[in-house]
This record gives sequence, C-alpha cells and structure tokens, in this order.
Amino acid sequence: MLSIKNLHASIEGTPILRGINLEVKAGEVHAIMGPNGSGKSTLASVLAGREEYEVTEGEVTFKGKDLLDLAPEDRAREGVFLAFQYPVEIPGVSSTNFLRTAVNQVREYRGLEALDAVKFLSLMKEKMKLVEIDQKLLSRALNEGFSGGEKKRNEIFQMAMLEPSLSILDETDSGLDIDALRIVSNGVNQLKSADNATIVVTHYQRLLDYIVPDYVHVLYKGRIVKSGTKELALELEEKGYDWIKEEVDSAATV
Amino acid sequence: MSKDNQILEEFTSKEYEHGWSVNYEVDEAPIGLNEEIIKWISAKKEEPTWLLEWRLKAFRTWQEMQEPEWANVTYPKVDFQKLRYYSAPKQQKKAKSLEEVDPELLAIYERLGISMNEQKRLQGIAVDAVLDSVSVATTFKGTLAKLGIIFCSFSEAVKEHPELIKKYLGSVVPMTDNYYAALNSAVFSDGSFCYIPKGVRCPMELSTYFRINAANTGQFERTLIVAEDDAYVSYLEGCTAPQRDENQLHAAVVEIYAATNAEVKYSTVQNWFPGDKEGKGGIYNFVTKRGICAGDNSKISWTQVETGSAVTWKYPSCILKGDNSIGEFYSVAVTNNYQQADTGTKMIHIGKNTKSRIVSKGISAGKSQNSYRGQVQVMKRATNARNFSQCDSLLMGDRCGAHTFPYIDINNPTAKVEHEATTSKIGEDQIFYCNQRGIATEDAVALIVNGYAKEVLNQLPMEFAVEAQKLLALTLEGSVG
Ligand SMILES: Nc1ncnc2c1ncn2[C@@H]1O[C@H](COP(=O)(O)OP(=O)(O)OP(=O)(O)O)[C@@H](O)[C@H]1O
Ligand SMILES: [Mg+2]
Repeated sequence: MLSIKNLHASIEGTPILRGINLEVKAGEVHAIMGPNGSGKSTLASVLAGREEYEVTEGEVTFKGKDLLDLAPEDRAREGVFLAFQYPVEIPGVSSTNFLRTAVNQVREYRGLEALDAVKFLSLMKEKMKLVEIDQKLLSRALNEGFSGGEKKRNEIFQMAMLEPSLSILDETDSGLDIDALRIVSNGVNQLKSADNATIVVTHYQRLLDYIVPDYVHVLYKGRIVKSGTKELALELEEKGYDWIKEEVDSAATV
Repeated sequence: MSKDNQILEEFTSKEYEHGWSVNYEVDEAPIGLNEEIIKWISAKKEEPTWLLEWRLKAFRTWQEMQEPEWANVTYPKVDFQKLRYYSAPKQQKKAKSLEEVDPELLAIYERLGISMNEQKRLQGIAVDAVLDSVSVATTFKGTLAKLGIIFCSFSEAVKEHPELIKKYLGSVVPMTDNYYAALNSAVFSDGSFCYIPKGVRCPMELSTYFRINAANTGQFERTLIVAEDDAYVSYLEGCTAPQRDENQLHAAVVEIYAATNAEVKYSTVQNWFPGDKEGKGGIYNFVTKRGICAGDNSKISWTQVETGSAVTWKYPSCILKGDNSIGEFYSVAVTNNYQQADTGTKMIHIGKNTKSRIVSKGISAGKSQNSYRGQVQVMKRATNARNFSQCDSLLMGDRCGAHTFPYIDINNPTAKVEHEATTSKIGEDQIFYCNQRGIATEDAVALIVNGYAKEVLNQLPMEFAVEAQKLLALTLEGSVG
C-alpha cells in the first residue's frame, strides 16, 4: 500500500528526514517510536503533503501512485488520513459543517454522489457511537476550546467518517485519560480491516497494548534505526532509547 | 517570494461577476454641477417648490464645505464637474404597475438574480429596483398597502405622501451633516421610502436593489425608513455596478426613524464593482447612514456585508435618544487587491439605560487596506449606558493592512464601555488541516472566512446569508492557497 524509499526532507534548509525506508501493506499496523525531535511528526507531515517541508531525495508510492506528486487534498481523497499531534482550531466552523464539506469532496473525487443532510447525519450518528463522542461537541466550532483529549477523540471521529485506507495517528494517545484511551483504541481497532493500514506514532507502550502493532520501528535523527515486533516496544519501555542512540552514534563515528 | 505569497497571488484572480452593462435609451442631465442642473433634476421629477428650495440650500452649503480627508483612504479626487447627476432609462410611459414596466429593464434584474416577478419571488421579500437615478419597479405594493405599509420609490413618495417626506427628510441626517450628505441632498435622484404605521409588524422583508448601469454617472440615492410606535420592519439593500475603467461615485444617504417600541433591522450586502486587479476603476462608496431611536425602548440594528467598491467610507450610526433604546452594528468588510475600506459606526447614547453593541469583522487580502473606525459617545444624561465593541481583523497575506480607530467619549460616570480587538492571520495550519481532510484550498478559505464572520452573517435574513457567504468566498477567491 505504502512504500517509502530513501526519503529525505528538510525544512528551511535543515535536513530532518535522512533516508527513511518503510513498507506498509494492507491490513498491517506499524508503530513508530523514537525520542523527541527525531522526525516522527515530520514524516507524518511529509506524507500528508505539508508544503513547508521540502523533499530532497527519495520516493513514496501509495497504492501504486506517486504520492509526492499529489496535492495535499488529493492525498486525503486517495485515502491518506493524518490524525494530528496538535489539531488546529477553526473558529466559527462547526465540526458538522466541516466534516460534511470534507466527506462530500472526498466522495466527489471518488466518483460518489454527495450525501444529503439526512444521509450525512445518519452516517455521523453511526460513527459517533464508535468513538463515543458527544453530539454537543460536534455542534461546536471545530476544536475551539476543546480539551486536549476531546481534540484527539475528534480526530479519530473524523477518521471514522472519512474511512481512509492509510491512517497515520500522531501521538493520538497523549492527552487521553485512561477510559478515553480504551475507547479511542477500540474505535481504531473496529475500523481496522484487511484493506487498510495504520501507522501509530507513540511514546508509550501502553497504547500498543490496545492497538497491537505488527511492526515497531524506532526513528532516530531522521532514520529508522531499528525495526522489530511488538516486543521491541516492551524493550524500549524498559530500557529507554540510550542503548539505541549509543549503537547508532558509535556506528556513525566509526 | 514565499509559498504563502505565491499562493495568494494565484488566489487573487477572480473576475467581478456583475461587470456587464446593457444599452438602453436614456434620459440624462447634461454633465456638470450647478444650480441649473439641480433645477433640471427637480423639474424632471416634477417636484414641489419646497423640495427644490431644500436642494438648493443643500447645494449652497456643499459649495462651502471641504471634502473630508481624515479617513484612512487615498484616491484621486473626484472632479464633480465631470460627472453626470441624472440618468434614467427612457420609459414610454410611466409604469403604474409591474405589468407596465419595460421587460428589458426587468430583465436586467433577472440577470442579477433578482426576480421582479411576484409569483416567482420567494414569498416574503418585496423589492424596489433602482436603476441609475430612478426606481423602475416595486413589487408587492398592493399586499403591503393593505396593512397600511408604504413601500415605494422616493420620487413617488414625494408626490403621494408629501407630508411624511417633509416631516422626516433630513431629520436624521441634516443636509449640512457632511460633505457627501450635503451633495446627496442637493442632487439625490431616487431611492426607497418605507413607512410602517403604528402597531404593524411588516410581514415580509423589504428590499431595494441598486444597480448603476450608465457610465460617468454618479448614483445618489436616498432611503428613508420610518417605523411608528410598536412597528417592526426588516429592510435589505443590495447593489452592483458594471466593470468600468473610470471610478464612479456613489454617495447615498439612509435615514431611519424609530418611534417608541419600534424596531428596524437594516441589512446591506454591498457588492459594487471593486476595480480590477491593478486597482483600476471601481466605485467610490461615500455613504451616510444613520438611524435615530427616537422613542423609548426602540431598537435599530445595522448589518452590513461590504465586499465591493474601490473606496468605502461609511459609518452607519445610531442616535440612542429614547430611554432603554438599543443600537447594534454588525459588519463584515472584505477588501482584496487595491480596495480600501474605512468603515465603522457611531453609537451616541443620549437616553437612560441605552445599550449598544458593535461587532466588526474586517478581512483584508491582496494589497488592500481595511480600517475600522468607531465612536462611542455617552452623553451626560445617559445614565447606565452600556456599550460592547468587538473589532476583529483577519489578514490574508502580508501586503495588506488592517487598522482600528476606536474613539470613546464618556460624559457620564455610570457608563460601562467595553472594547475588544483581535488581529489574526488566516493560518496555513488551518488551511492544511482542511486540505488534509480532502477539502480544496478555495473551499477551505471560504469555510474559515465564513466561520470567522459567522456572528455577523447570522444577523442576516436566511436568503441573504447564503448569498453573503457566497459573495465572501467569491471576493476572496484567488487570495490564499
Ligand atoms: N521550521 C523548523 N526549522 C528548523 N527545525 C525545525 C523546524 N520545524 C521542525 N524542526 C525540527 O525538526 C525536528 C523533528 O521534529 P518532529 O516534530 O518531526 O519531531 P518528533 O519526532 O515528532 O518529536 P516529538 O516526539 O516531540 O513529537 C525537531 O528537532 C524540530 O525542532
Ligand atoms: Mg511529533
């Protein structure tokens, strides 16, 4: 589904991603971990098409298409979804109105008819149950004054509405209370299928108890320096990143 | 050039939709301005002597006045001798009813999306159509007359209801009020008059649609709205003009009178030709709008969506004379390319327990300049006066300007006046967030801007709100990516 080859990206001339390789197949869950500032959110942003980042080398194909060639909105319409680490607020625009615009533009791109108000609302009702989100929250302006946890939950609700084939969850667990973590993870698991894939970026093994990854990767200084199975996450939880950093840094100085 | 600017460049490219003009036979005054011209206009309109005298007095005052220069706008001065002050489509005979109006003229309005066909009209809106200097048709007059409501062109009102015109003309905006008001008083051609008698709630929206068609012609309309005790009316005003290389002058006067317990809502969607991308042409919109809450517990509410004009100079105001009276001003002003807007309001608290509320949302894009200028004045006698002002500015790109000039003058210690102001930039983050959900950039901008202006748009009657939303998006189309 997603194939990243030797991806390099920089911002304002500073290289951040320095040769990422990653293959994600349909039906898989990949976890990306790594110390602060290692480039996890950058990778997510580059995949989503944020224009500030300049791709200097490498290629990314998504469902056979050159992803880097597509405008951000077309990537979304093709099925790339990013649950933001820091969702923005859009004053005065209700979540409902926002999502209706989004869902219908995605549908139009895919050659589907626009949903009328009735169909849209019933779709919303159905998906609201999935992440146990309150109707009241959705009639408010998008993310405006939402608590950290509410914002994260709303991201997953949007994911449910848009039914993407590749979801990238950037630290969706941070800011969620224990119950919310379980609910949101449940939602993500229910949305999982043989046809879609998920990349979860997280610092905590705890999330991976709920959303069980097939692979775990460690990103450090803009590269994936270690990959393994879910046991790797447990090991990191126990030992931290120092041993990996040492391995990598000493190899670099040789 | 940053990405942001580049995208801005692309986005600022939308053509003005109503830029076409139509040829028809006209009846027009010679170019220039002097007492003879004023007599010519007055004679053309078969006016009574008192009105001609009134006009001449205004003209003489105007000649002694100076064009105001305090507004934050710059433009080549208007040569008042090069303008034409009257131009009207020639109609075979005076139309007594809608059926008799020249279908070609009605077609102009159809093309603007304003149906003058009463059957086809959405129920609930009566329209007075003003083309250049004259009113060409008014709908639903009969229906309204049954309630005692007068809704007609100003010229007709002068003939049919001289006592009302004599009583109220210039009572809220005196002819000497300011340079453009004086000019308007001297040369005004037509406009609308509405009168809501005591105890009547007007069951439909009344609206006037102004269209400038003729070249080199100034439009000087006058609107007078009178709501007697316990009356209510909601009034809408729309306007467009053809795309022309030269600047055209529009200097209107609107007067509102609200008696005891009366309420008047006045909404404007202003879409005069803004000039082209290089700043060539466009309307100079120098307008005086003022309402007086003359009676106790009365209320006047101004809502404006200003998207057009090359230069706008406009401060719809409320004189809160009656005790417990309320004045409101809700404004969205959008400027793009080289447009300049200096707009705001004046709230003058005279009566006790008077309240005013100001919500101003400026949006600037391109190389435009957008200023809010507002005055809150609390007079000695106005115990417990309250004002709340919220002035927000939204910037798109870094070549435009937003300015706020609040003036506060308080002469009574019990007054409570609050002023809040914010300035924000339309965030790339916000646009990217929308993009990431599959929303195209233009639609993202429309969503964000409409969200920002929501509090004001919510004040508009439903049908107009939808129009206004589209218009905002259209004006800004091409201004961010
Ligand atoms: N505009 C910028 N100019 C220079 N450096 C930047 C800029 N934006 C981001 N960076 C740097 O890029 C690096 C990677 O940031 P990124 O947000 O991808 O890290 P992360 O792995 O997601 O970290 P965290 O775990 O804290 O979320 C950081 O060192 C950050 O400071
Ligand atoms: Mg991050």
